Amino acid sequence: MAVITPLLKGLAFTLKRFFSKPITYQYPEQKREPSERWRGLHRLKTENGQLKCVACGLCEAVCPAKVITVEAKETPDGRRFPNRFVVEVTRCIFCGYCQEACPKDAIELTRNYEFCGYTREEFHMTRDVLARN
Amino acid sequence: MIPRPDPTLETLVLNMGPQHPSTHGVLRVVLKLDGEYVLEAHPVIGYGHRMHEKMGEVRNVSGFYANVGRMDYAGALSFGHGHVLAVERMLGIEVPPRAEYIRVITTELNRIASHLLWFGAFLLDLGAFTPILYSFDDREYILDLLEHVTGARLTFSYFRVGGVNRDLDERFIQGTRVFIRRMRSRFEVYHKLVTGNVIFRKRVEGVGVISPDMIRKYGATGPVARGSGIPYDIRRVEPYSVYSEFDFDIPTFPEGDCFARYRVRLAEMEQSLRIVEQALDRLPDGPVMVEKVPKKLKLGPGEVYQAVEAARGELGYYLVGDGTDVPYRLKIRPPSYSNLSLLNELAEGVLLADLVAIMGSLDLVIPEIDR
Repeated sequence: MAVITPLLKGLAFTLKRFFSKPITYQYPEQKREPSERWRGLHRLKTENGQLKCVACGLCEAVCPAKVITVEAKETPDGRRFPNRFVVEVTRCIFCGYCQEACPKDAIELTRNYEFCGYTREEFHMTRDVLARN
Repeated sequence: MIPRPDPTLETLVLNMGPQHPSTHGVLRVVLKLDGEYVLEAHPVIGYGHRMHEKMGEVRNVSGFYANVGRMDYAGALSFGHGHVLAVERMLGIEVPPRAEYIRVITTELNRIASHLLWFGAFLLDLGAFTPILYSFDDREYILDLLEHVTGARLTFSYFRVGGVNRDLDERFIQGTRVFIRRMRSRFEVYHKLVTGNVIFRKRVEGVGVISPDMIRKYGATGPVARGSGIPYDIRRVEPYSVYSEFDFDIPTFPEGDCFARYRVRLAEMEQSLRIVEQALDRLPDGPVMVEKVPKKLKLGPGEVYQAVEAARGELGYYLVGDGTDVPYRLKIRPPSYSNLSLLNELAEGVLLADLVAIMGSLDLVIPEIDR
């Protein structure tokens, strides 16, 4: 008897919860909104159709996982832009240091937390892919 | 010595882990059994070794900071707190009061989240499946709050040398107040459902009794030490940050068994709520980051030891600098390592099923042991 009473007590609590609203999300039909500060997939921001990035290489220097590669180039009118900008997303640890280090507010971690692909190469995201993210 | 199987003997050598669900990670325990009784238990660690200490020696401070949350995934903010405090002490940086308050609020919330995870996992080890669902419900509230300020759910990367990354907002403060009220009522549910449960009490009372001598011998800290009646809490004996400004108790229970450790953790969550409440009431205004932090943090020459109270006990960072921005040596003293080392002595003569309860009550986080 001493063992059965707590069992019934627990069962009563479970039954009570049976009628309350579920706390779970029916993913993927019902999606969870991540916070405003969520650190998800990277994006290179654009301004008037041009990348804000000036390829200074600060994000490359600060990145703890060393997943960012930047190669600078200059336009004929002397504006610097990233000729090559690769983020190896599979190795990224999503610490957000690149976003913090950027003086031009050109790279950001978006709220996109669901990204997938079939090959490794798809995650070596290049400049144009990152701008579209 | 790790025992080897010997067919001529009556004893059985059994591998528990590294994939055993109740070792909570990749911990392997080699057991020497006589029937259902454990004669020896040898923890074999290192499966989750990721060279965190070495990485501390080859990366600069901010680069390594991303690592610290990965050592203890359940209480990442305490690990970050220790790291930034050690660096700040070495550089003599004075952190704005608001930043320290924010650190305390988030760390204490993280401690509650860690204990809730332990609560569910411990009872899961004992065969009670349902409580983990309730504790994860509450934990989810904390993770949502922390996600709202830090931008991640477990690997926060939130503190910086000289302050914190971003300020709290009104939504977090209101949400935390709601959570405190909710959590207080939830403890009653936990006590009614679990603490008073006869089946649970029979599994934990008088099981795995650790004497205070043994605690001292192995250097065990945290809830394990406080469950044996030793009121050792870094927040009280060596106050760091702004902990000396808050009014809170250090719950201790003298019995030393699994049940005492269980009660310590539940009482500790309530004390953490008290700290968070006081900190929110007194949250000062002002900046959350020191104005001038040098781009290159020149460490030393010199050495510094900074201990903080992580969710599992004393966490120490021993930092040696040689004048460059990369530490010469960064030794990490994780709490679970010492707490695990008393397992062999403790396990002698207990039932195999009780060993699961003992290991659960120690609250081991394996990546932190292996580093």
